[in-house]
Amino acid sequence: MVERADYDAILTLIPSGCRVLDLGCGEGELMELLRECKDCRVSGLEIDKDLARAAASRGLSVLEADIDEGLKDFPDNSFDVVVLSQTLQVTRRPHLVLREMLRVGSVAIVSTPNFAQWEVRLQILFKGRMPITKILPYSWYETPNIHMVTVRDFRKFCRNEGISIEKEIFLGLGRRKVLFWPNLFARTAIFSLRKIAHRESQ
Amino acid sequence: MNQSDTIALPEGVGLVKTQYVTFDGPRDVLCLESGEKLAPFTLAYETYGTLNDRKNNTILIFHALSGDAHVARKHSPRDDKRGWWDSMVGPGRPFDTDKFYMVCANVIGGCKGSTGPSAINPASGKPFGLDFPIITIRDMVKGHAQLLDYLGIEKALCVVGGSMGGMQVLQWAVDYPERAVCAIPIACSARLSAQGIAFNEVGRRAITSDPKWNGGKYVNGDGPDVGLALARMIGHITYLSEESLQSKFGRRLKVEKLGYSFQTEFQVESYLHHQGLAFTKRFDANTYLYITKAMDYFDLTEAHGGSLIKALSGVKSRFLVISFTSDWLYPSAESRHIVKALQAVGAEVAYCDMDSPFGHDSFLLDVPGFTDLIGGYLQDVWREVNGNGE
Repeated sequence: MVERADYDAILTLIPSGCRVLDLGCGEGELMELLRECKDCRVSGLEIDKDLARAAASRGLSVLEADIDEGLKDFPDNSFDVVVLSQTLQVTRRPHLVLREMLRVGSVAIVSTPNFAQWEVRLQILFKGRMPITKILPYSWYETPNIHMVTVRDFRKFCRNEGISIEKEIFLGLGRRKVLFWPNLFARTAIFSLRKIAHRESQ
Repeated sequence: MNQSDTIALPEGVGLVKTQYVTFDGPRDVLCLESGEKLAPFTLAYETYGTLNDRKNNTILIFHALSGDAHVARKHSPRDDKRGWWDSMVGPGRPFDTDKFYMVCANVIGGCKGSTGPSAINPASGKPFGLDFPIITIRDMVKGHAQLLDYLGIEKALCVVGGSMGGMQVLQWAVDYPERAVCAIPIACSARLSAQGIAFNEVGRRAITSDPKWNGGKYVNGDGPDVGLALARMIGHITYLSEESLQSKFGRRLKVEKLGYSFQTEFQVESYLHHQGLAFTKRFDANTYLYITKAMDYFDLTEAHGGSLIKALSGVKSRFLVISFTSDWLYPSAESRHIVKALQAVGAEVAYCDMDSPFGHDSFLLDVPGFTDLIGGYLQDVWREVNGNGE
């Protein structure tokens, strides 16, 4: 199981009482936290039948659906916040998912493993093998992570896509916050994103 | 996890009695969608559990085509069979009798105590037969709402049902948005498909082609049993799946060896004959015509220019939509269609497509995870209604 230390950080980025969509919500742990602690109205998408059923069995509004497909049925701006926690790297078309997130929500929160973290770099550099770490625990042939990204890649990607990064939180070893050189030290990077408005509206 | 399957009901709570209410007051007129009026009318219903003081613990259950008000338990210790959703009702089960108050009424047009074509027409003193007005899903739901008024219940905690029961759930959520905290439509559709209408029509033709049907004028007990049994045999096939038929019967014979005749030789034939015959002993042929017609007419989108989004735009309940992977009569895609429209209108909705080999009838069977899903979901709705401290 991937470490979900990022929940606490994500919670700090979400205001109370808003409408939240959690993409790849699993059994709905984050959804439940948001509902209990933040009084949010939360929906979720989960592709795995058993996980989706487990979440619905807890009374959570979870749809058994594929993120790559299932977002299109939500109208524009139907959520205040759309969360993608440890899931960006498993989607087939991450750039489209991000675009869709910022269509259906005004804020997108993305948490993702950082592939440039030093443990990963060292394994490739010295062992010459695909890295296996605490948050990237899979062998190359069975990993669901098909689109790994680094902090620098993601920042550049946002610039190109016209997405502004409102806030970044980096978590290193033992959930500690990383305050400098995040691309080297962060295991997990959490970004709060907004679309850059091309023109001032009204 | 499946404790609900193993809890045996204690002695003495295993029985239930059907109750009846006749609406015959001057204002108790059921104005039907067809424009006709039905008055007076009777509803047969059963209840399980106790209505609490706040009157907020009612689960309104809607039955399917061949169902009735008898959801659970037995009417008498001598009954062979328990109610049609017995596994769901009882202490610790999803419809927990320690917490909730379950109500289920036989639909208008039915033949199990509610006013239908086999009831006596006050105008003629004879059974209605085809003089009974055409009823719709909406009319059925109107009847249920009247029953809830009669029981003094403003708002149900949950409306739930499978197949035609699911249609009623959807119709309820649209027509009475303030009267259900949550809605659980199971294995249903927002409008009956061409395939569904087609099978219904074959069933109706089987009945009306039986000389004993006699234009709907037959004596109770001497009706078009051959036609009704045939309708049920066809219907029953559509409720199962290729896989479940194959695994249950395969090509097994009920005789020693092939007789090179047209006798009943395969077990599946014998099973269908039995299903057909058993049905004629408990169901009325005219009711079969009326209720299948009501299902054919069901189209939530009709009043909204074909738009399901518009039809559902006023719903206020939270939804749990459930379909089954092997259901080819109401395929999962039809449930997904409902879910998409609910997403579009911003409703709170959960959706599960349950793995099951049993076809449309899955909702009546013990599909792993199904009882836990409904039970768990209801617990959460109950927590929401009562605040966190239960």
